[in-house]
Amino acid sequence: MTKRRVVVTGLGVVSPVGIGSKTAWNNLVAGQSGITRITKFDPSQFASQIAGEVKGFNVEDFIPAKDARRMDTFIQYGLAAGIEAFRDSGLEVTEANAERIGVTIGSGIGGLGTIEATNDSYDEGGPRKISPFFIPGTIINMISGNLSIMLGLKGPNIAIVTACTTGTHSIGEAYRMIEYGDADVMIAGGAEAAITELSVGGFASARALSTRNDDPATASRPWDKDRDGFVIGEGAGVLVLEEYEHAKARGARIYAEVAGYGRSADAYHMTAPNMDGPRRSMVNALKNAGVSPDQVQFMNAHGTSTPLGDTNETNAIKATFGEHAYKLVVNSTKSMTGHLLGGAGGLESVFTVLSIYNQMSPPTINLLNQDPDCDLDYCANTARDLKIEYALKNNFGFGGTNGSLLFKRI
Amino acid sequence: MSDIEQRVKKIVCEQLGANEADVKNASSFVDDLGADSLDTVELVMALEEEFDCEIPDEEAEKITTVQQAIDYVNANVK
Repeated sequence: MTKRRVVVTGLGVVSPVGIGSKTAWNNLVAGQSGITRITKFDPSQFASQIAGEVKGFNVEDFIPAKDARRMDTFIQYGLAAGIEAFRDSGLEVTEANAERIGVTIGSGIGGLGTIEATNDSYDEGGPRKISPFFIPGTIINMISGNLSIMLGLKGPNIAIVTACTTGTHSIGEAYRMIEYGDADVMIAGGAEAAITELSVGGFASARALSTRNDDPATASRPWDKDRDGFVIGEGAGVLVLEEYEHAKARGARIYAEVAGYGRSADAYHMTAPNMDGPRRSMVNALKNAGVSPDQVQFMNAHGTSTPLGDTNETNAIKATFGEHAYKLVVNSTKSMTGHLLGGAGGLESVFTVLSIYNQMSPPTINLLNQDPDCDLDYCANTARDLKIEYALKNNFGFGGTNGSLLFKRI
Repeated sequence: MSDIEQRVKKIVCEQLGANEADVKNASSFVDDLGADSLDTVELVMALEEEFDCEIPDEEAEKITTVQQAIDYVNANVK
C-alpha cells in the first residue's frame, strides 16, 4: 500500500505570547516573554507565583457567550485555536466531505479550574449546587466534540491524554488517520488551562516549577546554568492536517509536510526523565520518514527549563544525531511561552511549521549563562534565518511517554 | 411589570442567551427560547439562587414557561 502524504494547511494559536498564529509568531521572533506574575488567583501562598497566562482573550470572538459560559477555559482555548486553524485553511464543510473531516484535540489535565470551583459550590450548598454542565464542561474530549458540532465535522472524533506529550500525539495520530485513509482532513492539536491553585500547588509540590518569582520574564531559561524548573503556561495550538492531493486539488496554501512520527515509553519512572526513551522516540520519527539524521537542520525541543530534563534531552539528541547534533539548531519556545503541558505539542508544532515556512529559528531567550553540560546550538537570545529542510519536534510527558514529529519543507 | 417578573425575565435572558424582547410571559423555554434539557435544569438552579429557595424536582419539571416560573415564585417565595 502506498501511504498517502499529509500536509499542514491551517494554523491556530491561543498563547501567552499572543492570540492568532501571526501575532504569536511575530512576538516569538522578537524574543518577547509571555511570563508574568499569576493573576488568575492570589499566588502569594505558593512557591511558584509566575505563569504564562493568556492575555486579552475575548471568547465571544469565537463562541457565543451562552455556550462559552458552560465550558471550562481549556475548551474555549481549544475551540478558538481550532476555529482559527480551520478558517486559515480555507476549507468548507459540505455534505460530500463532512464525513472525511475529523478532530483530535486533546488536553493533559482538562477542566481542573471548573472542578475546583464546582467542589467549592458543593461544599457550600450540597449536590443541588452542581451544574448540569459540570461534566460536559470539564471532560477532555469536549474540544473535539464541540468543534465537530460547531463546524459539522462527522469524521473521526477523539481526544488523546498523554500529559505533556498530548498535543504531539494528537497530531501524530491524526497524521496516521489521514495516511491510512480514515479521513482526508484532521483538525489536530492540544489545549490547556491549568493555571489553577491545585495544579500550580501540585507541580510546585513535585518541585517541578521555577521559583524565580522576582523576575518572571527570565524564569523560563532552558539550558541556562541557573534554570530552576519550568514555568506553567496555558493556551492552545491547533493544525489542520490534510491529504496532499486533496490540498493541491483545491489550491490550498501548504505550510509544510508531516514527514514522520515516532513514539516511545521510558518504562522507567513516573516523573523523572530518562535518556533512552526520548532517543527512541526521535529515532522512530526519522525511521518512519526514511530520513537520516544528517538531513535534519532544526529542532523545536521539549526544553522545559528543568535542571534534569534539559540535560537529559541534550544527551538524547546527541545519542540520536551523533556528531550532527552540533550542526543542529535546537530551540525552545518555552523560554517565552512557558510550558503549556497538554497544549505544548500543539503550540510548538505550529511554531515548528512556521519555522519551516519562514525559514527562521525563533530564539531561546534567557540563555545568559549556558550550562556546559548542554553544549548544543540553542539559537541563544536572537532569532536567526535558517535553511530548514527537515525540522523535528519533541515532547515528553509524565509517565515516561514520548512523541516526536518530523516536518518537511514543501 | 412586577419586581418578580423582571427578575425572572432577567435570569431567563442570561441563562438562555435570549434577547429581552423575545422573552414574553407565554414563552416556552424549550419551544420558543431554544433551551435543551440541561438548560432547563440550570435555569431552575439560577431561580433558586436568585430567590433563595429550593424548588423540588417534581415542581421544577412543571415550570416550562416564563409565566409558570413567575407563578411558582409568587406562590412559594416569601
